[in-house]
Amino acid sequence: MQAMTSNLHMPFGLAVLLALVHIEPAHTYTAYISNEKSNTVTVIDTDKWAVTKTIKVGQRPRGIELTRDQKFLLVAVGDDDTVQMIDVATGEIVATLPSGPDPELFIQDPAGKMLYVANENDNTVTIIDMETRTRLGEVQVGVEPEGMGLSPDGKILVNTSETTNMAHFIDTATREIVANVLVDARPRVAEFKKDGSELWVSSEIGGTVSIIDPVKREVRKKISFDIPGLRREAIQPVGVRITDDGKTAFVALGPANRVAVIDAATHTVKRYLLVGQRVWQLAFTPDQKYLLATNGVSNDVSVIDVTALKVIKTIQVGELPWGVAISQK
Amino acid sequence: MIRAFLTTGFRFALPPASLLVLLTITLSLSPSLSWAAETTDIKIGYLRRAAAKPTLSLVQTPAENDGTAGALLAIDDNNTTGRFLNQRFALDEVRLKDGDDYAAATLALAERGASLVVLDLAPDAVLATADAGRTRGMIFFNAGATDDRLREEDCRPNVIHVAPTRSMLADGLAQYLVWKQWRRWLLVYGSHPADKLYADALRRAAKRFGAKIVDERLFEDKGGARRTDSGMAQIQRQMPVFTQEAAAYDVLVAADESDVFAPYLPYRTWDPRPVAGSAGLMPTSWDASHDQWGAVQMQNRFMKRFSRRMTATDMQAWQAVRMIGEATTRTHSGDAETIVDFIKSRDFEIAAFKGQKLTLREWNLQLRQPILLADGRIVVSVSPQEGFLHQVSELDTLGFDRPETKCKL
Repeated sequence: MQAMTSNLHMPFGLAVLLALVHIEPAHTYTAYISNEKSNTVTVIDTDKWAVTKTIKVGQRPRGIELTRDQKFLLVAVGDDDTVQMIDVATGEIVATLPSGPDPELFIQDPAGKMLYVANENDNTVTIIDMETRTRLGEVQVGVEPEGMGLSPDGKILVNTSETTNMAHFIDTATREIVANVLVDARPRVAEFKKDGSELWVSSEIGGTVSIIDPVKREVRKKISFDIPGLRREAIQPVGVRITDDGKTAFVALGPANRVAVIDAATHTVKRYLLVGQRVWQLAFTPDQKYLLATNGVSNDVSVIDVTALKVIKTIQVGELPWGVAISQK
Repeated sequence: MIRAFLTTGFRFALPPASLLVLLTITLSLSPSLSWAAETTDIKIGYLRRAAAKPTLSLVQTPAENDGTAGALLAIDDNNTTGRFLNQRFALDEVRLKDGDDYAAATLALAERGASLVVLDLAPDAVLATADAGRTRGMIFFNAGATDDRLREEDCRPNVIHVAPTRSMLADGLAQYLVWKQWRRWLLVYGSHPADKLYADALRRAAKRFGAKIVDERLFEDKGGARRTDSGMAQIQRQMPVFTQEAAAYDVLVAADESDVFAPYLPYRTWDPRPVAGSAGLMPTSWDASHDQWGAVQMQNRFMKRFSRRMTATDMQAWQAVRMIGEATTRTHSGDAETIVDFIKSRDFEIAAFKGQKLTLREWNLQLRQPILLADGRIVVSVSPQEGFLHQVSELDTLGFDRPETKCKL
């Protein structure tokens, strides 16, 4: 596509040739980046890999997702104790959702009717009805709830608590905790494989990713990371994404400034991709051709080519980029 | 002697408190709250001084529950986790005055079932307590004393040190001053023993990291009231005179743990120079303004519970009680020996909002930790500084390292 944009400077024949060679145009999606320090959301066109807009939001935006109908962007603004709803078409904040204090991460059920929010400040997970935009209830969890994962069938919600160091399994029908699985220090992100066969939980301070058997509800294996020349303490796994085919996983390693590429079948690390500083959260484009990684300290986003396993582009965004969400179309 | 028994924030039906059940819990099979059949009770002792000394700055006067509040918050946090594992924590606080029998108070704690005890005591009292409790298999967590000798020539196998040492604090400060290229120091130290020990740590730090102490001054404490209605006029004349005609220096480094003069130094030095050490830029284990690495959650939780800001002593006590909680969770045991064996093992690590895991130096049982540099309003930097390397852990660039240790456990 880059060749297409610069074809004005080329001899006509070459431009025609390139246009013929270029078979399949990439889909254009929109990526939204929450910038924790600048209180903004950066909007990126994934065709041009360029910033098209910056939206002002509340204080300390972190968790970010689009509603299932793709009409609204949800942003947890922790210091305003709420989740803001932004109309994607206008970029206007149209509503605020009644989360508990200091919301950080949240997840929607497959139908987009329920929103589950982790509130760091009062050890609860809040359940919000998306149609009425009201609070339905709360579940008491461990100290400093953070990561949120939902089993593909929507029956089990997993919340991680950073100081309790557990993954809490919550039955979404009864809203009761049905199991607690101990993991390493400061669990951050919980991510199911698409077929529901494994739950991956990253531990930022522990420096590991726990692979949990969702049926037995016990840790099956722990992945650790060893990067030559880097001290152990700098390896802090946070964001986790697994491809839909369950074959490859990506783990953001925080101040190690690298994204680990893992064979998700054998759980072995294949390589480390050098990205920006303090890499935090990850998101795939819907076609899973690209993975976006937010780099908090270097204020940019790395674009990873999932097939080539290469960083192909770095995009400057706001201050302390934290989360990333990408539209389905 | 004042004694308080405190349990906190626990709202579930439980069997009689006297029943101490040690059981192995299969984590994945222990669903939620209804399964409170048998509970492991962990009683943690807390020995502290009854009275705090007055401070020069009114805003730094320690609260009546300084330290204790941090321990209680950690009891809350441990109980939130313990809810899922049928483990229940409680704090047994004892306040001791000068002249009280420390050994008797220690053994009384053991009688009441607290064999894991957090200490916020002077160094000699730490040793007296540790030696008294040794016969009863008691383990102590030093959350107050920064004296290097407790980790070196006077180290004890039953004392784990959560508070940083003077040498760690001084090294954390020195790394930053050297990084800032403020290498020429005017060292001003007080006349009390603790001031001299801190001055020694600063001299050692200067030598280690390539700073130079170009001049030294002793500030003699001649007594007198800390608060007078017209004291300011005199101080404004005294401090410039006291610091005049010093060799050319970049930064004044003050060692005044007794809090006699250092807070008077900023803005009053003869030469216009920054102040660090016991005033100005201060090395510490925690500051009420620290908000990185999730610390803001901790600060909010503390403020909500105690309606005041969290101090370094609070944080050190929180860490000590959390270390016990973490080991209890990991070992599924309330047994003191099992807990301490785990804390001393290579598997032990604890998260404390400092950007990396904290682990134990096995040669002297000192907790490795970053040092914050705060000016009383904001955290200016966190050491170790970039570029100070170490073959094991960069945290071991702070304080006495394994090859230098005099500790024989």
